Amino acid sequence: MANIDYNNLKTNYETSVQKVEMGLWEKIYYPEVIRGLLLTTGHFVRNMTVHIAHVFGLARNKRGAVTYQYPEERRPIHRRYRGRHRLMKKPDGSERCTACMLCETICPTQCISIIPQEHPDPAVEKHPASYEIDILRCCFCGYCVEACPCDAIRMDTQKVEIANWDRTRMVYDKEYLMTDITGPGAPPENDPPLWWLQ
Amino acid sequence: MLQTAIILAKIWGVLLTLVSLAAIMTWVERKQSAVMQDRLGANRADVLGLRIIGLFQPMADGLKMFFKEDFVPARGDKFLHTLAPMIAFFPALLTFAVIPFGDVLRIGTLEIPLQIANLNIGYLFILAFGGLTIYGTVLAGWSSNNKYSLLGGLRAGAQMISYEVVLGLSLVGLIMVFGTLQLDIMVKKQGELLFGFLPAWGIFLQPLGFLLFLPSAIAETKRVPFDLPEGESEIIGYYTEYSGMRFGLFYFAEFIEIIVLSAIMATLFFGGYQIPWLYAEGFQFPWGWEWNLPHLLVVILQIGSFFAKIAFFCWLQVLIRWTLPRFRYDQLMRLCWVNILPLAVLNIVLTGLVLMILN
Ligand code: SF4
Ligand code: SF4
Repeated sequence: MANIDYNNLKTNYETSVQKVEMGLWEKIYYPEVIRGLLLTTGHFVRNMTVHIAHVFGLARNKRGAVTYQYPEERRPIHRRYRGRHRLMKKPDGSERCTACMLCETICPTQCISIIPQEHPDPAVEKHPASYEIDILRCCFCGYCVEACPCDAIRMDTQKVEIANWDRTRMVYDKEYLMTDITGPGAPPENDPPLWWLQ
Repeated sequence: MLQTAIILAKIWGVLLTLVSLAAIMTWVERKQSAVMQDRLGANRADVLGLRIIGLFQPMADGLKMFFKEDFVPARGDKFLHTLAPMIAFFPALLTFAVIPFGDVLRIGTLEIPLQIANLNIGYLFILAFGGLTIYGTVLAGWSSNNKYSLLGGLRAGAQMISYEVVLGLSLVGLIMVFGTLQLDIMVKKQGELLFGFLPAWGIFLQPLGFLLFLPSAIAETKRVPFDLPEGESEIIGYYTEYSGMRFGLFYFAEFIEIIVLSAIMATLFFGGYQIPWLYAEGFQFPWGWEWNLPHLLVVILQIGSFFAKIAFFCWLQVLIRWTLPRFRYDQLMRLCWVNILPLAVLNIVLTGLVLMILN
């Protein structure tokens, strides 16, 4: 980045937008139109050749289109993509969450609602009796993941299709968040906590 | 009796061909634009799991149109609102009646001209019915009782009437060269040779005329880059208040117009059904080769060449439509009155001079 002297900033609007005058060549319109048509024809011919080659089983490594044919062909998602949430599990299968309420507190859309409960094991302080995320209100900011002190909630499921036919089923409960968690390319269910938390 | 049957068969055949071609054109437009833009285009409509590269899409579209609500604005003019799409649709179909799609077919002693109506004013017929479609668009805008539709209709009217002028003028040179308004004679004359080798197609006799005719004709069909009357998304056009099959008729008329325009271009400028150096007896190449062909084969070849030309111009029109951005309205009008009109007049003067010198 160049250093900008903000005290002596002169904006010359006259010259900042350059109006390109058309010469005679552009004004007779046809040459430029033909140039444009040649460009699109080039794309047409190239893609058409690839498509026809595909019919005969040739040129399999070339694509005739840059688009993804979505339900059959999925776009690769980055591994840090913020997808649908999941609740992590302890090695014994119970939830890792300690019901500290930090995520509920930080959530800007207030879509997390936790009911904490005493844990049967006296060595553990609390656990959530219920943990619900109203995914319709979630804005996928990821603050809950950042806030969680024990890496109990993550958004690394790689799940992006969170549509549903029924609004009531868009409120995810604890069981759903803990079981239905495997999206394509997602890390395993009981991925160990991040190293600094261990 | 036999004559009537033949004429009815011809009308039926042309009508079926045109309508099915128009349906296929909707598919071609989708697919071609997709391939040009590195996409695949509509390929989801399937019947029993069969997709055949989206060919069911036109049927799905038609079905959808039929089941949409047929809406007439509450204070609109119901009669005109219904009439307008028809006026837009039928002249486009009718134009094809005067276009010869093949030479005379001889079966025994029977001579069947492959043209529905051989009018001696065929060329004026095309212009006249082209002019009628303006009523469709203007009435559609007016009867909708919607100010945006009305403005769209006005835009359409102004644009089409202006371009009608240059459309007619750009073709005057052609009439001077061929000395006739009858389309089948025009096509026959295009079967002759220039300088002994070049086919005497309109494009070689009237290159400037063609360059002026093409934009005017595209402006008449109201397609990009001249689609201001519709202005689908932003300026809102004359068929805003149309839904269901009434809208479908406008949509369909557009594709019929593409085909008819291609046919007109092929007929006037690209030799109609003529194939270079193919005569009634067979091929006679300028370098002396001859290749005699049976009559039926010649006729089939000619019809085939006519439809190949139509296909090419349909392709070209879709290519233009998906390449160029839209004109601004003042640019559109300036192009018509300031650029094309004087050139068209110049073309007439030049043609007259050349004809005078040659005679
Ligand atoms: S991603 Fe943001 S909005 Fe969604 S639950 Fe977490 S904190 Fe709330
Ligand atoms: S921040 Fe983590 S541990 Fe605390 S309630 Fe939320 S998920 Fe549970």
